[in-house]
Amino acid sequence: MPESAEHIVKSYEQDLKRLRHMITEMGGMVENQVAMACTAILQRDRAAAAQAIETDAKVDAREHEIEQYVIRLLALRQPVAGDLRQIVSALKSTGDLERIGDYAANVAKRSLVLEQYSLRYAATGLAHMASLVQESLKRIIDAVGADDPDKAMQVWRSDEAIDEIYNALFRELVTYMMEDPRNITPCTHLLFIAKNLERIGDHATNIAETVYYAVTGIPLTDARPKGDLSPYAVVKPAGE
Amino acid sequence: MNESVAASGTSRAIKSPTLETRPETAATPTKVAIRNLDFFYGDNRALKAINLDLPERQVTGMIGPSGCGKSTLLRCLNRMYDLYPGQRATGEAMMDGENIVDPKVDLNALRSRIGMVFQKPTPFPMSIYENIAFGVRLHEKLSKAQMDERVEWSLSRAALWEEAKDRLHTPAGGLSGGQQQRLCIARSIAVRPEVILFDEPTSALDPISTLKVEELIDELKRDFTIAIVTHNMQQAARCADRVAFFYLGEMVEVGTAAQMFTSPREVRTQQYITGRFS
Repeated sequence: MPESAEHIVKSYEQDLKRLRHMITEMGGMVENQVAMACTAILQRDRAAAAQAIETDAKVDAREHEIEQYVIRLLALRQPVAGDLRQIVSALKSTGDLERIGDYAANVAKRSLVLEQYSLRYAATGLAHMASLVQESLKRIIDAVGADDPDKAMQVWRSDEAIDEIYNALFRELVTYMMEDPRNITPCTHLLFIAKNLERIGDHATNIAETVYYAVTGIPLTDARPKGDLSPYAVVKPAGE
Repeated sequence: MNESVAASGTSRAIKSPTLETRPETAATPTKVAIRNLDFFYGDNRALKAINLDLPERQVTGMIGPSGCGKSTLLRCLNRMYDLYPGQRATGEAMMDGENIVDPKVDLNALRSRIGMVFQKPTPFPMSIYENIAFGVRLHEKLSKAQMDERVEWSLSRAALWEEAKDRLHTPAGGLSGGQQQRLCIARSIAVRPEVILFDEPTSALDPISTLKVEELIDELKRDFTIAIVTHNMQQAARCADRVAFFYLGEMVEVGTAAQMFTSPREVRTQQYITGRFS
């Protein structure tokens, strides 16, 4: 019995391969969408924004397709153990990827509004955050494709850095708004953009947890270091 | 309970053993403790140092490919092998302080405590009533009224009373396959054993009869300690509290059904239950 034996039923093996392919393909699609959204915001690229927004419908359709496929597999194959974990994790990951797509589209939409303002605020922080988020997303999609729990763990741990930049950006943007009320509109959009990027990072860590469990069978139950302190950034509640 | 089971056996069976409602296995006392058990067909060592506990009033499922030793282990537990020369077991299978495989054990007494149900229904060529009364008479002297009561109790527990009560004195061979299997289960419980061994009890039955038997097993575990050998992995997942995986005469892994079918520890278990076995 070799370690990674194939399924006796070849069509089942092919079904599982197809599912994995569908998920990584959707991952690639979303990765590209996030990249376009980041380009739209950082380089004021209308075409990239439009592309990120258009992709959203395709991502939603792909999520629906994967859901249907998973339901079919559950009904027809009655998977257990590693197969069951892989199939359920595909169902969970496709939901996370769909949310990431939504956030990317939202960033792209806001970039169109921001065009009318000069983007001197927070550009460096946002660029850094965007690159970290994209790196996380790329790594987690690789981890899904390669069934690599170690890579998933790295992504899981790296989210703290994204949260830290988000906190810094939050404070910076609030300061601009306090300085001059005319900054409120662009800075609010920028805040939402930063928050969207931060949420993309969170969904990447969700996928990391899912992959880790699917491959090892051990749930990642340790409390992940939660770095988003923005709820307390202006007024800290007593006792915190 | 009898009527509701008989009347709505199917619907009950479908909603029956959910993971959540299964009791925690850890705290349950052990009914049969198998320690270092070897079994030989002549020179062939078919079981290799098996260690396994059958928790009291729980269902222990045994799975594994043909020839892995699971049925052999079941046969050890009621000394079925004594019928055949050259077959012997060494080690321990302790039930209430007594070693089942000790040659000095009284087999008649043992088999009244440990019942067995086989793959194919094996009704005796007599009436439904006599099928049940026959075994009871070997162990107990009952009056007619007491025997009637025992027959009704057994058939009710086996969810067969409603279907059989008007034809108790007709030949058992006239029952359907699923009914015959439930009759065999009624016959086993009629002598009020402590342990019931099921050797592939539903492999000859249609899916609805299978569900009825599975529902019955779930009912019976309130009173009996149950071991079931099955080739149907989903059945083990549905019926058993704990599942043991056997391969080439060894017990590879034992765990709760939920653990075995979501995250088995051993690669061999994972490969067998997911169908990657060669």
